[in-house]
Amino acid sequence: MSFLPSSLRQPSALPGFGLALGFTLAALSLIVLIPLAALVLRAASIGPADFFAIARDPRTLAALRLSFGTALIAALVNTVFGLLIAWVLVRYRFPGRRIIDAAVDLPFALPTAVAGISMAAIYAPNGPIGSIAQQFGLKIAYTPLGIVLALVFIGLPFVVRTVQPVLEEVESDIEEASALLGASRLRTVFQVVLPHVYPALLTGFALAFARGVGEYGSVIFIAGNIPLVSEIAPLLIVIKLEEFDYGGATVIATLMLAISFAMLFLINAIQGWSRTKHGNV
Amino acid sequence: MAMSDRFLPLSHHPERATSETAPTKAVLIAVAGLFLGAILFFPLVTVFIEALRKGWGTLFGTFADPDTLAAIRLTLLVAAIAVPFNAAVGLAASWAIAKFEFRGKNLLLTLIDLPFSISPVISGLVYVLLFGAQGWLGPWLDQHNIHIIFAVPGIVLATVLVTFPFVARELIPLMQSQGTSEEEAALMLGASGWYTFLKVTLPNVKWALLYGVLLCNARAMGEFGAVSVVSGHIRGLTNTMPLHIEILYNDYNFVGAFAVASLLAGLALVTLLAKTFLEWRFAGELAATSRRH
Repeated sequence: MSFLPSSLRQPSALPGFGLALGFTLAALSLIVLIPLAALVLRAASIGPADFFAIARDPRTLAALRLSFGTALIAALVNTVFGLLIAWVLVRYRFPGRRIIDAAVDLPFALPTAVAGISMAAIYAPNGPIGSIAQQFGLKIAYTPLGIVLALVFIGLPFVVRTVQPVLEEVESDIEEASALLGASRLRTVFQVVLPHVYPALLTGFALAFARGVGEYGSVIFIAGNIPLVSEIAPLLIVIKLEEFDYGGATVIATLMLAISFAMLFLINAIQGWSRTKHGNV
Repeated sequence: MAMSDRFLPLSHHPERATSETAPTKAVLIAVAGLFLGAILFFPLVTVFIEALRKGWGTLFGTFADPDTLAAIRLTLLVAAIAVPFNAAVGLAASWAIAKFEFRGKNLLLTLIDLPFSISPVISGLVYVLLFGAQGWLGPWLDQHNIHIIFAVPGIVLATVLVTFPFVARELIPLMQSQGTSEEEAALMLGASGWYTFLKVTLPNVKWALLYGVLLCNARAMGEFGAVSVVSGHIRGLTNTMPLHIEILYNDYNFVGAFAVASLLAGLALVTLLAKTFLEWRFAGELAATSRRH
């Protein structure tokens, strides 16, 4: 069954390698790789002049800036509160802890459109929180602030679930040693415990950020979708497609993927650098 | 020692040296609770409040609407195809990756995870570029009267792409940690390859498989962005439940939108309950992977 040259794999007593890998590769190619290649080919066939004309269009730039900017702010908020929630769940025992622990995964389970209409109802000027904010002259729904809130909802579990297992692994003896050597609790937490968590925290930030950049369902209901102001990049792709402007949609999608991968590459590089500098913490 | 001067000691009692003081704990728990309450619980509760705003009669009225019923049927159909397919891919991929050593394994792992780092809208877009009217295969499909985009096959394909990694990434680390010795013993005793897989491997990973299927199903039934791009939003024909919510919402039929939303929110709650139960009851058999998504 094996269609791979034998030099590519080591001998094994188990059967079915060719069948399993063949099925996996066939499914992966048909479902993921060939369709993505279609995007890349389409982008390549547009030609640099047209490509940059669409890329430099103020509406494209505004949408990309909004998507990456709001995703960045939301991921930063989630980094702070995700760490706090992971800390509370790992370190403290209190009534309701199990329910909170389970509820953190809600954004993974709740369809984005459901979260979207619900948050729009809450933060709209006539909604329970939106009406209070209105009295203080603050508009949440139909502004970039509403987009940030939706992305905070979507991204929170990524940070908590990445940090939580690492925090559980931190040995208590390093804290005891730090305390015995006379460090204050705050100093022990920030200079002894948390450095172990920083790589996981950065990974959680990257996951939340990547998800936020591409998020569509939870955002479009609360965003207001005003061109140049509150129109996210994924929505602009949908609009271009509805206008049968496949080229425009392709260019924006390609830019989104390129910037996303560049940022993930950068974050990986930072993690590799911090590992060589501080040891494998 | 300049740093320590800025941090005042919280306590001089040695038993408290490796924990925060009670008031600090209370404040941190309260902040975490308030944040989760505002960000997570409030939107969830709002779905049910809004759905019941005009009473149970209106709520049930939404589900008597043929378009709503068609949307529910389509969502179930799409999940019934996408989830078993991705479960099969997950089993095949984890068998190849966990039980054998071969070159390019890390690349394969990265490619399997790729759909997680792509915007759902782009996941839909790639199929439009492939099968749409102006797509690579569009004219050929049109000649042969095959409809993929703005039809059910496109919705299924987009859903399969978005949910592709869910089962595989639960199974691969678990199967890797289990090794091959049990399978080798079964084969030595004369069992066939398929028999070994069904009677040895599958029982070892069944809870992780169920866990992956659960998450895959939740995403498949709730997917919005990718499906929205390829659906064409034809009422009664190519509307899934999430798309139907959007249509009702844009028609200012808020009670209807939240009624359908409450059904999906109920599904989300059942998913969370089942997932929590699996994590609690079978923690060891899910391996350390239960926290990763």
